[in-house]
This record gives sequence, structure tokens and C-alpha cells, in this order.
Amino acid sequence: MSDFFNSGWSNYIALVSLVGIVWCIWLLASQRKAKVIHTADGAVADTGHVWDGDLRELNNPLPRWWAWMFLLSCIFALAYLVLFPGLGSFPGVAGYTTDGALMSSMTEANDELKPVYAKYVKMDIEEVAADPKAREMGQRLFLNSCAQCHGSDAGGAKGFPNLTDGDWLYGGSPENIKTTLINGRNGVMPAYGHLETAQIVDLANYVRSLSGLPADDAKVARGAELFKSNCVACHGVDGKGNIAMGAPNLTDKTWLYGGSEATVVETLTKGRIAMMPSQDKVLSPEKIHLLTAYVWGLSNNKTAAAK
Amino acid sequence: MSNHSPIGKPIPIDVIEESLYEIRRKIYPRSVSGLFARWRLILVFATQLLFYGLPWISWNDRQAVLFDLIQRKFYIFGLVLWPQDVIYLTLLLILSALALFLFTAIAGRLFCGYACPQTVYTEIFMWIERKVEGDRFARIRLDGEEWPWGIHKWRLKITKHFLWLLIAFWTGFTFIGYFTPIETLGAAILHLSLGPWQTFWLCFYSFATWGNAGFMREQVCKYMCPYARFQSVMVDKDTFLVTYDKVRGEPRGSRNKSADHTTLGLGDCVDCSICVQVCPTGIDIRDGLQYMCIGCGACIDACDQVMEKVDYPKGLIRYTTERAIEEKETNQSAIRHILRPRVLIYIAFITVLTSAFLISLVTRNPLRVDVMRDRGALAREVDGVRIENIYRIQIMNASENNMNVQLKASGLSDLRILNSQGELVTEIAVGPASNLLIPVKLSTTVGAHEPGNYPIHFDVIGKEVSGSELIIRTRDEKSSFIIPR
Repeated sequence: MSDFFNSGWSNYIALVSLVGIVWCIWLLASQRKAKVIHTADGAVADTGHVWDGDLRELNNPLPRWWAWMFLLSCIFALAYLVLFPGLGSFPGVAGYTTDGALMSSMTEANDELKPVYAKYVKMDIEEVAADPKAREMGQRLFLNSCAQCHGSDAGGAKGFPNLTDGDWLYGGSPENIKTTLINGRNGVMPAYGHLETAQIVDLANYVRSLSGLPADDAKVARGAELFKSNCVACHGVDGKGNIAMGAPNLTDKTWLYGGSEATVVETLTKGRIAMMPSQDKVLSPEKIHLLTAYVWGLSNNKTAAAK
Repeated sequence: MSNHSPIGKPIPIDVIEESLYEIRRKIYPRSVSGLFARWRLILVFATQLLFYGLPWISWNDRQAVLFDLIQRKFYIFGLVLWPQDVIYLTLLLILSALALFLFTAIAGRLFCGYACPQTVYTEIFMWIERKVEGDRFARIRLDGEEWPWGIHKWRLKITKHFLWLLIAFWTGFTFIGYFTPIETLGAAILHLSLGPWQTFWLCFYSFATWGNAGFMREQVCKYMCPYARFQSVMVDKDTFLVTYDKVRGEPRGSRNKSADHTTLGLGDCVDCSICVQVCPTGIDIRDGLQYMCIGCGACIDACDQVMEKVDYPKGLIRYTTERAIEEKETNQSAIRHILRPRVLIYIAFITVLTSAFLISLVTRNPLRVDVMRDRGALAREVDGVRIENIYRIQIMNASENNMNVQLKASGLSDLRILNSQGELVTEIAVGPASNLLIPVKLSTTVGAHEPGNYPIHFDVIGKEVSGSELIIRTRDEKSSFIIPR
């Protein structure tokens, strides 16, 4: 907040709050009694205040409990401002923060949900994936936390993997998926800008030929040489990739960023950086378990059903 | 406040400092019988029968009136309201406010005197108080120094509070029964297995009833109720109000029954002060219209009885208008002023809003569909043959019957709807009073359309099976389809 306001403002607000409360208490104390004019016939008349010529103010006393409630409200306000943040930038002595309140209510909610998840936590991922109720819960978690990038149907988008096919950058075993969810992943394809443009086109042709896409034979031959000296470290001699590093298999038809020559050239020239964020701090272990089962089930339930 | 304010500028004799805050003086209203007392009794019974009775009625195997806050569904007989129906609540509140304006413009604080829960419960509590401790004078004596605390006084006070608390508890129980099924609530109380919040609210509402109707009483009307504060701008010269006929009554004074009061120079008011004794807010109606007056008419009943005894015509205090008093009109001619512009405008508003409310309620479509396009993945090409867009479709069945929902899309050629497993979506079963969220892929042939953003429609047809009847519900939801370059 200090980026937007200087401390003068918070002092000013604190002053306004305190002066307001003190003024309320002073008003209450100073107005305990009203001057009332008594008339000759013994009747209680009024305070002598007249407006618009004929509007006169009578003294209709309030009950005493009202005055006490008013005073107690003022004391409550002061105690509140001492305990909780509210007085300018003073954080209060009770140690309350909205962030802390959010965290504790999240922990509380997770604890409350534990019995709901308890049954599934003990089950294997494969079993959980076969449970319709767990799938329903998993889908809700997925729509909340994953659909923004991978799409509501988990079909992915450019730069975001399709989770419904059987192709996995970091491996599709339940353990691998869980690790991905907990730790996140960083996929880095370095830029080969130091190569000449013609060389990059040659490489692109070779890479496309690996998955059986149409390519220029001369360029493929030159590209194969370049591939050996530049790419095998990650993608392997046969271009089948490396699950440990998240290096994609270049021989299948799955393209994370697109398989057209222009796109592959772009990938080679500029490199790619992909990031799957860690869900460890966002979701409880129980939720990650359920989500792992849902994601694993997206491709495996289908193949299981087809068999 | 038994002194009337003199008209004109007061002649000061003394300026005294008086406390602006005073200890509350307990009011001991005297019991009263008569036309208005009877009406109040009828309304106490009617409102309480409704309030205590409603939660016990069942409908479609559930409580007829239930506000299920956890499921966020409001059941009112055959009607199930969802959070999306909050407009009906808004309309209902606006209608209630307009009705209050209308009643106030015509006849003052009718609501306060007869139907307001504060009045109704105070009335019930005072009735018990009267049965246990006796009428006004007996109660004043009991609370005074003549009766020191002894077995007799303890017995009366304990009996009274026991009965009060019993009613207060039943009221709290009934109130919670509108939010938790009342039969399970009753069982939970019997088994002492109430949840912490249920216990809290049960105690809270019981305590509030006991405190408000037993102790706070007129103070709620005088110091807390906002309606008391703005009623003065809602009444005018033609509003029927509980009014003391000053022209006829003044100058007041006691007199011998046989004497001719006109020769004594006295008005019709015998200054018996019974109208003050019966007033539940402790005011003197003869001081003119005051914000503390809740328009209950107790003083009318009391005064009429006195008038009957002394053989004067009734109606020294009566429901009449300011204009009628000033111009010495009869009530018949005052009634002719009822239909004035503000009243007609209120009636017009109420009629229009009530019709709108009822029409929209009757034609309410229980099938609701919400289509959300995925924003992360705009479009994707599948196998180089088809272009896919992803949508989340939320289907809500607000009816209490099963519904089979068909999904179709139009706007582009060869549109196909697939679910996330890649199967064609044909018919989806949505259970009664439930909702379903399904992600679907909509696809068209690659190259059949120029790149761009196309408006499309989801045509949703729901077949609701109500007994042997088949009702067709339709929805047309707009969305867009993106064909990338």
C-alpha cells in the first residue's frame, strides 16, 4: 500500500477516526442536560429554540440505557482500534491480518473436508479414477485450478499440453502426474539463434521428417547432421525425447506449439519456456490426490474402457 | 408527558436544567375491551396461526415453506427459488414497502398497531402478565413498596417469566424451523444434539422475543423503530388517524354527571385519564399526533366506554382525519378524500408490480442454461480436419421433476457437440432441483469458414416429465465460435 499512499494519509485517517470518537464522547457528556423553559401554568414548555417562526423544540428525554449503549459503542470502537487494524496504518495488537484470516479459514475448510476425502486418500490413484463420485469432485477441482490453461475439457491449447491423449512430456504414471502437480515443471527449449537461418530451416525439415511430415530431402540430410551436434543431448539420438527432462518426443504427431515449418523455425530461433506452476501451496494433499486421479483417468479411463 | 403544550409563545418563568436522559418509567397499561381490542386479538391469532403453523405443513414430501440456506434453495409450497431468483425477493420487498406506504397514507400506522411482531408479542406477553399478576393497579401495587419480595411475589414473577420464556422459546424454535426442517429440529432438541449455530440462533431468538416483548416493549417503537421516525412524512391532512377531537373535548375537566357541562364552560372530555392508562406506549393522545403513537386504538375503545357511561356521544377519540376535525366533517365525507393522487399512485404501482410479479412467476422457465466460452484455449485444430472451441455449459433444472435435456448448436455449418470424452452429446438427464456442469467441444470442418469470430446459438430443449404430462422447456443461449487464422 505504501507504494500508493504516503504515511501522511494514514495519519490523517487515524486522526479523523480518533477525533470523531472523542467528539462523540464529548457530545454525550456535554448534552446530558438540556435547558428547559418552564411556563407560568407549570407546564414543561420547551428549550426556547424556535425555527421557522413556529417550530419549537421540546425536551423528550431519551432513556438512560440509550446513553449507556452509546457510550459503550464508543468504548467498543476504541478497543477495536487498539486490537485490530483500522487506525491508519497501525496493525493492531491482536495480530490480525486479512491474509492470516484467509489462511486459517482455508486450513479450517480443508480440515472440515478431510472426512470427505479420507476414503479416497487411502485408495490407489487407479481406484480413485474409477470412482464416479471422485471423478465428479476431481472435475470441479480441475475446472477451478487447471481449466484456465488446459481448457475445460483438458484438451489443452497452444503451449499447454493436451491431458486427454496418452502423450506425456514428463511421464503419465500416477506418480509422475502427482510430482508434476506438487512441484510444478519448468520446460526450457533453448534458443538456437546463433545458427544461420538456412541451418534452422534444415533442422526444422529434419524434425518434421521425424514424425513423417512432408520435408525437403536435401534439407533433411543437412538437418540430420545439425541435429546430432545440437539436439541429441535432450531429445535423444532417435529424437524420442527424454521424460526425465521433459524433452518432447519429436517422432509422434503431438506438437505443443504446432508442427508447421514456420512454427518449428520459430521454436528453434527463439526457444520456448513453458511453466507448469506448483500446486503445493494452493491445494491440500488430499485435493492433489483426487486431481491426480482425475487427470490420470482422463486418458486412461478411455483406453481402459476401449479395451 | 401529561402536559399539553400551550399554543403560542411560552411565557417563561424559569429556566431549569433537565436531564436529556432519564430512567425508563415502567408502563402499566390497563386492559381494554371493545371494537379495536377485538380486531387486535383477531390479528394476533391470525398472524400467530400463520407463523407457528406454516412450518408444520408438508408438500411434495418436504416442508412446504423452507428456506434452505445451505443448499441455497427457498421452498414455498410448489415454488422452488434459487439464488438466481433474488429478483422475486426484491420485488416482494418493494411491494411490502409500497403496501406500507399505502396503508400509512390511508390510515396511519395500521401495521404497527395490529400486525407488527413487536406489538403482537407484547400483546401476548401482556395478556399473560395480566392473567398472572392482575390488571394495571394490581401490577403497580405488586411492584411497589407495599409488596416486599416474599413467597407470593416470587411465585407470581416466576410463573410469569416461565410462561414468557416458554412462548419465547417456541417462537425461537419456530423461527429456526423455517431454515432447518422443523421436525428434525424438534428431534434434535429432544435428543440434545443441536449444532452450535442452531443452538446459538435458538437462544438468540428466544432471548430477543423475551427481551423485546417482556421488557423493551414501547421503547422499541419509540427509540429503535425507523418507521416511527418517517411516518410523519407519510401522513397528510386526509389520513385517518387515532385523533382526539380537540374542538369537541376542550376545555376538559371533571364534572358532576347531572350538571350541564356547556353552562360550566367545559368540553366533552371528562379528564378521566383512562386513555392515558390504556396506552401501551404511555402517551396522552390529547397532546395531538405524536411519533410514539402506534395507532392501536386502545384509547378509542377506552374513551368510548366512558362516553357511554356519561351519556355523551361516542367518538371523542376516533379514527378520523385532520381535515375532518378542522372542518367539522363527518367520517362519511372524510372517506371521500381517501382516493387522492398519492393513494392512487401507490395503488397503481402495487397493481403493476403485483401483476408483473405473478406473470413472471407463472411463466418462469425452470430450465436455465448458461454457456461460458473457455478463454484460455480459444480454438484448436483436431487432426487437421476439424476446428474445436471449448465451452462450459451449466444446465439448471429448477423444477421438482426429472428433465431430459437436448443440446443443439446452430450458426455455422456442420457443428457437432462432443463431450470431453469425445462422444457425441445427445440427451442429458438432469435430476429434480439440481444443476449440472459439463464441458463440451463444439467443432466444425476446417476450411469451411473464413477465419473470424462467428455468433452461434445453443438451442436447448428440456423435456420435463410431470406425472404423466410432458412439458417442453426451451432456451436459446448465445455464444461465439472462433475460427483461427
